[in-house]
Amino acid sequence: MPGIADPTRPSTSSDAPMISLRDVRVSYTGREILHGITFDVQPGETLVILGGSGSGKSTLLRTLVGLEKPTSGEVWIAGKNFAAISDAERDDIRKKIGMSFQGGALFGSMTVGENVALPLREHTKLVDSTIDIMVRLKLDQVGLSGYEQYMPSQLSGGMKKRAAVARALAMDPEILFFDEPSAGLDPIIAAGIDQLILDLKQAFRMTIIVVTHELASAFLIADRMVLINKGDVVAMGTVKEMQTSTHPRVRQFMDRVPEPAVAQELDYLQMLTEQQPKQGSPSPGKSR
Amino acid sequence: MEFARKVGVAIVHALAYLGSLAALAGRASFHAFIGPFLGRPVRFQSAVAQAMEAGVRALPILSLITFFIGLIMALQSAYELKRFGALNFVASAVAISMSRELGPLITAIVVIGRSGSAFAAEIGTMKVSEEIDALETMAIDPVHFLVTPKFIAMVLMLPCLTIWANSMGILGGSLFGVWQADFTWTRYIRASLEALLLRDIVTGLIKSVMFGVTITAVGCFEGLSTGGGAEQVGRSTTRAVVVSIFLVILVDLVFTTMFYFLGEH
Repeated sequence: MPGIADPTRPSTSSDAPMISLRDVRVSYTGREILHGITFDVQPGETLVILGGSGSGKSTLLRTLVGLEKPTSGEVWIAGKNFAAISDAERDDIRKKIGMSFQGGALFGSMTVGENVALPLREHTKLVDSTIDIMVRLKLDQVGLSGYEQYMPSQLSGGMKKRAAVARALAMDPEILFFDEPSAGLDPIIAAGIDQLILDLKQAFRMTIIVVTHELASAFLIADRMVLINKGDVVAMGTVKEMQTSTHPRVRQFMDRVPEPAVAQELDYLQMLTEQQPKQGSPSPGKSR
Repeated sequence: MEFARKVGVAIVHALAYLGSLAALAGRASFHAFIGPFLGRPVRFQSAVAQAMEAGVRALPILSLITFFIGLIMALQSAYELKRFGALNFVASAVAISMSRELGPLITAIVVIGRSGSAFAAEIGTMKVSEEIDALETMAIDPVHFLVTPKFIAMVLMLPCLTIWANSMGILGGSLFGVWQADFTWTRYIRASLEALLLRDIVTGLIKSVMFGVTITAVGCFEGLSTGGGAEQVGRSTTRAVVVSIFLVILVDLVFTTMFYFLGEH
């Protein structure tokens, strides 16, 4: 029958990437932060975005969830180009993603339970009793059973992050984003958050994107890693590939070597006094 | 030449700012009045809570201030009226100046201090702690979620507060009337009511609705455009108060001029 099948349309294969970035550039007030980022994330994969402070990794994450608009390039999420869709379609995609912010970003005027219930109340027609059960389930998943009635201000840093994860999980997302999940937490609590991410990965086969600069946690949770420096992708690969990489910038990051400009006391003095380095010695900051 | 360029740039910035305010107020009123018919109900509970906070809790301080303003108006007008031996016109002078001008204006200024600043601080803090971003990633429109309930509360509560302020001002004036101008309480109130035309009250109320829109738009816009860091929240709050006071006076001027020329025929 005519009109049913469209041979010009490509078949949607099951192994199409969940997230796909094509030469994404982002600028703030005329200054380019990301200079053409390209990579794919497969469904069910955990990708860790590594990078130092000011490398652009947070901007990259904000672009992925649609909080920043790329000046050029394409961001494909779940088969849709984020930049070229209507507001309604963008909201439909956003219902499929969950984001855990660095400080939790829980609403201070609502209880933990109301925070987790909010997306369900806004986007579903579920009755209150069903929502209550789902809230309890989500809080249970992150190890916060019984904290429904607490206010966010009564929670510790680690508990806030867990509550934020519960809220991100509320709509059963296909993709989960984490911004610095272990920042500001002590090593034991941070390890607990890592374990939570691993559990979610194993239990739900979610696609997970984590932005961090914590190497130990990155090695533990990542399937693949991408290293961002000054708005460019420096390297991308599995944990093993990154650990054995000979790329100087990757080595510097993995081996936690400080910037050459301040590696030695003398260099530091030179930086402060802005003196020219001695003849023959490599100029600071250009060792790449 | 340089001066002209600077003036030009300032005018363009001011117009862009007014445009942003109008866009925000437009979106909020869309969600308030049209959204419910498109299956996007207003957060009614939140609007009621805002109305309580911005309206009902403002009553004690507003009563006190407008009572004093009424008394001051009586004293000031009596100073001039006494020379003509027309002290019994104090009642109409207070009633008309309160309901046409001072009632709406003083109400707006009290509300700016209490609520306009609070809107900017609340939304600014949410912006800094990424709560606004969190709303957006959850596909919840911050304007619908945060601004619309405030907008509804303010547009409803400002006229109510203004009527209350007018009454308290007249009451303040009556204190002088009874004390110095040989009025009895009932005669003073009756004289005030006889002096007032419906138009005096309605023009005041129309202005108060516009003040409500202005204060909400400025407070919320300043909150939403807060940059990073706690000190920016303080700056947004200050700006919200200063800009609101200025724009309320400007709106007042525009509407008073309009009513003046409309009232001629």
